[in-house]
Amino acid sequence: MIDLVTIFVLAVFVGFEVVSKVSTILHTPLMSGANAIHGVILVGAILITGRAEHGLEIALSLAAVFLATVNVVGGFVVTDRMLEMFKGHKPTKGHGEQAK
Amino acid sequence: MTPTWVQLAYLVAALCFVLALKGLSTPRYARAGNLLGAAGMALAVITAFVHGAVNNGLLILLAVAAGVVVAIPAARSVKMTAIPQMVALFNGVGGAAAALVALTEFLAVPDGSVLFEVFTVLTVLIGSVSFSGSVVTFLKLQEIMTPRPVLLPAGQVVGIGVAAASALLALSVVLTGSGPLLVLLAVAGLALGVLFVLPVGGADVPIAISLLNAFTGLAVAASGYVLANTLLIVAGTLVGASGTILTRLMAAAMGRPLTNILFGAFQTTTAIAHSDEQRTVRSGTVEDVAILLGYAHSVLVVPGYGLAVAQGQHAARELAQLLEQRGITVDYGIHPVAGRMPGHMNVLLAEADVPYENLKELDDVNPGMGSVDVVLVVGANDVVNPGARDEPSSPIYGMPIFDVDKAKAVVFMKRSMRPGFAGVDNSLLYNPKTTMLFGDAKESLTKLLAAVKQV
Repeated sequence: MIDLVTIFVLAVFVGFEVVSKVSTILHTPLMSGANAIHGVILVGAILITGRAEHGLEIALSLAAVFLATVNVVGGFVVTDRMLEMFKGHKPTKGHGEQAK
Repeated sequence: MTPTWVQLAYLVAALCFVLALKGLSTPRYARAGNLLGAAGMALAVITAFVHGAVNNGLLILLAVAAGVVVAIPAARSVKMTAIPQMVALFNGVGGAAAALVALTEFLAVPDGSVLFEVFTVLTVLIGSVSFSGSVVTFLKLQEIMTPRPVLLPAGQVVGIGVAAASALLALSVVLTGSGPLLVLLAVAGLALGVLFVLPVGGADVPIAISLLNAFTGLAVAASGYVLANTLLIVAGTLVGASGTILTRLMAAAMGRPLTNILFGAFQTTTAIAHSDEQRTVRSGTVEDVAILLGYAHSVLVVPGYGLAVAQGQHAARELAQLLEQRGITVDYGIHPVAGRMPGHMNVLLAEADVPYENLKELDDVNPGMGSVDVVLVVGANDVVNPGARDEPSSPIYGMPIFDVDKAKAVVFMKRSMRPGFAGVDNSLLYNPKTTMLFGDAKESLTKLLAAVKQV
């Protein structure tokens, strides 16, 4: 158990650290990306379905698999669509005059 | 015991998630970061399936396929303007999934340890709150229900009552290990989520989404303890922690403390509709505005949600280019929370090839506002509302704004006199310097473009 608590505490610090310097522009994509990552509950849903034996358990866990898949797939696709908008508009210093 | 290869695969997936969040924090690597996250997820899911799907393999594949069939078209076809509510929905189903996972595991393992029961209770409660809260934010942003703060009679008392009931139920589940009580707790959690989000109004909704996102992360982390799965703990905690920080950063961008955003509506209930006095509005024609623009030296465009709805970004850029050809300086004032999500306007204008250098932030623009000849407010409202600066009674008081009332003239392009998303009256509309140009943003911009050519 203490191992799991250690992991928790370390992960909290990593979580704080990785996003502490994000620019305003990326707030929404970052939120959306993090949203996709918590879809990892799909792993838990698959594991419990894999050992479910009774009808109710199977039904509930399959519902969880379905919902978690929507979370994961939708999350990553929608984040990618948002970021696609930035494509080719990076501060391309030196090419700024090409419009003329 | 989990085999070593499975644990190693989970470790790689966890690293992918850390790097994904890291990548998403920098413009340069954002897209790569997202793809890396997706790759880590694929690895984790395939590993879980190969290792764990002893029974019901086919059913799992079918459920995953159904999820993919629902999610991909939804995520692909959603309009850019509707993305925040889509994110809210995806977040909500994640919370629901976590609650269901813990509930199922609880039914399958009737007599677990106390710790197991504590984490089950946490997962079910937080997951339910996140689910119902996200559904309410979706309804608000989709404008199926009013986006304004909803205050139930005695809402605070009800809220505290439901929270207390949830705590009692949680305690009794841990003590008795009763399945029906756990289901009841889930119901209480759903009610709590609704009560939590109802009083959050207008422009603050995205912040509520971000907080609920962090909640779902915590629910997933708690479910990791239920299932003794390290990957769920690490990934859930990462999202919980980064989501909390992100929520605070977003709140800071609005210039208000988080508690004010979540519970502020309870304090300022009467300030919304306070002015019945007759005030006059000056409405102009396209030709008037074209003349105003054509003879200006510097123009500032302040875009808002109205521009996004009308898809007027290309027309706005064409107008700006035409003005620049006449030697007029044109800049864009981008408020951090203009639109319905932070960075919304940056995305929109980037799509229309507006150069990055022309996008100015509050601090770049406000000091020189006095020398700007014309400010063109296109579909924005709350972000230029002087009430946020001058009226302590205003619900948006304290939010940083563009001081466009200090410019020499203001042109307000709006569909109607309706107040903005926050539902707050805007005294700028009645300012003698202001000219109103009613109509759809794109249509008005196109007409304006033609009219400026005549000047």
